[in-house]
Amino acid sequence: MEGSDASPEDGRDEEGPSQPVAAPGPTGSQPSDDVAPDGVAVDATPSDDPTHIDAKPVGDDQFGFPDRLWRSVAAHRPPGLPTTRAFRSPLRGPWLTSVFGFLLLISLPLVALTGLLDYIAYGPRLHQSIPGNVGFLHLPFFNWPTRPAWLFQVTEGLHVSLGLILVPVVLAKLWSVMPKLFTWPPLRSVAELLERLSLVMIVGGIVFEMATGILNIQYDYLFGFNFYTAHYFGAWVFMTGFVVHVALKFPTMVRSLRSRSLRRELRTPLSETEPEALDVDGLVPTDPAPPTLSRRGALALVGGGSLLVAVLTVGQSIGGVAREAALLIPRGRSYGDGPNDFQVNKTATAASIDPSTTGSSWRLSLSGGPGEVMLDRATLMRMHQHTADLPIACVEGWSTTQRWTGVRLADLADLAGVPRPAKAHVQSLEGGGGFSEAWLQQNQVLDPDALLALCVNGVDLSPDHGFPARVIVPALPGVHCTKWVRSIEFVR
Amino acid sequence: MSTTVARAKHLYGAHPLHLLSLLASFALVGYAISLLGVHSLWNDRVWWQSIIVWFLGAIVLHDLVLFPFYALADRSLGAGWRAVTGRAPEANLSVSPRNYLRVPVMASGLLLLMFFPGIIRQGSASYLRATGLTQQPFLGRWLLLTGTFFAVSAIAYGAATLRERRRVDGPMTDPDGPSSEEEPASEHLGTDEGGMTW
Repeated sequence: MEGSDASPEDGRDEEGPSQPVAAPGPTGSQPSDDVAPDGVAVDATPSDDPTHIDAKPVGDDQFGFPDRLWRSVAAHRPPGLPTTRAFRSPLRGPWLTSVFGFLLLISLPLVALTGLLDYIAYGPRLHQSIPGNVGFLHLPFFNWPTRPAWLFQVTEGLHVSLGLILVPVVLAKLWSVMPKLFTWPPLRSVAELLERLSLVMIVGGIVFEMATGILNIQYDYLFGFNFYTAHYFGAWVFMTGFVVHVALKFPTMVRSLRSRSLRRELRTPLSETEPEALDVDGLVPTDPAPPTLSRRGALALVGGGSLLVAVLTVGQSIGGVAREAALLIPRGRSYGDGPNDFQVNKTATAASIDPSTTGSSWRLSLSGGPGEVMLDRATLMRMHQHTADLPIACVEGWSTTQRWTGVRLADLADLAGVPRPAKAHVQSLEGGGGFSEAWLQQNQVLDPDALLALCVNGVDLSPDHGFPARVIVPALPGVHCTKWVRSIEFVR
Repeated sequence: MSTTVARAKHLYGAHPLHLLSLLASFALVGYAISLLGVHSLWNDRVWWQSIIVWFLGAIVLHDLVLFPFYALADRSLGAGWRAVTGRAPEANLSVSPRNYLRVPVMASGLLLLMFFPGIIRQGSASYLRATGLTQQPFLGRWLLLTGTFFAVSAIAYGAATLRERRRVDGPMTDPDGPSSEEEPASEHLGTDEGGMTW
């Protein structure tokens, strides 16, 4: 909805509202499938430029092999297809497109990198990253550290926040290149065919990633398929398209950015806003409408959209008063002022926790050593208690830092007779379902702040926060901080 | 440039490196799909909940639904204004209201586009399971934000109109007034929450 549509065909007094979009302009003698008119200086790249590997139309009458096929395509323009003259915004052009492209070039890799890091945070070596089999499509595996404790909070928060903030920029970038979708002929060579196919990866990829991500953070699983799997492989399709697009378009982007001065654009008011020079890609309209927005105004509009999204979303990650500004997303909500009134991820009801199993009959089972150790909650409370301020952060990008008190996992490992376990398997009272169990790496068991928490903010955990006991480990994704813990098996 | 490369360019339509990089990218995508499993692209029971439908549908929805919708909406802003007043928004007012309408509509529309699940209470069951809360507040909050955008825009528009009137009237009382140095009021930077009003 963003996209700074200073749009096609506006502000033309002489045209009635019912005027067809493809109305002949002042130069009415032009053919309807208009291309850059003859005699207009087109900023063409010399086709023999060795740095230029881009598939670009070199002229109306030049077709690659098989020549006859492409000519025949060119001759069969579908009726009703908007002509390029329907696109009349005087702001469209390679410079503006390149500004948006440049912004995405520096920001999207950060979204991709944080996403790939979060895959590793889930513990692929313990076979609990989703999707399970990703072949070579992953960052080098490493054991996810427990320090700094805010590591996952930052990587996941950045991934989600930046992804949301870039929505207006992506929409604007797509708006700026929209005439290319409707150019006819769409193809003049095999090169253009392949390049258009590769655009499916990048356009489909970015919209797919943003749509699934945006729905997922709002717990709206309209898509039906597994979010993690689709979002992960969709990201690889997008990244592939992105890399090849950058490789092909980078010289064009640099040249276009140099074609105008950003500083001068930022000083150019509406009254002096002129279209860019006609380009070979046909982004600049041959019959521009009078501007209704300056170029700096368009940039401010997109930037303002991003700022608006930022103000309304970052609060879910950074918390504090900023959380109150996250008005339209789930994790901006307040639960109240009590010690247990912080963000709940999956309620006890949703996890089908039977209250009778969490009462005095509850026992914690520790295994892996010489024999199984059973502890009741009173015994756990008499053990050495450790308190730590740790964030709990989730895949939806939200996080909240609380003061947790409980028994160190390392002490429980000692008690079980496995002082230096290679890993540990934590199981919940929750019967089945995703994330009712989790594996912890050695560093996640032995970290001095890794706890089986019994209390939060000085009081017992509430049922929704995992009473009678839950795991909390620094920098561990929230879904692996198992609630309603039933047993821990320490593996040597 | 060698004649071989020139010939390849003529036949293929671009430098051979173009072909190589695109083929490499297609192979990589093929590899990703093979890891996912081709069968996973398609959902036999509910066809529209298929990954492939969402992936390609994303392009269709953006390019052939969302873009035409907002472009037409923007176009009808000018056309509608002309139909009612017989003139373009720029013609009979000292300051064009066009951007003062566009900006709040865009801001509100962007929020609806991104946060519609809460606003229309879609996925309420999974929302309740995850958070223990309902989506009750979101529609009201979105409407309040929308109202705020329009109110701020109205104030900015009123201020711009006043400034423009003073600028036009200015020279009559003060022939040496600074009007020539001022920017046109329609370009003045307002700072509402939805971005800048230019």
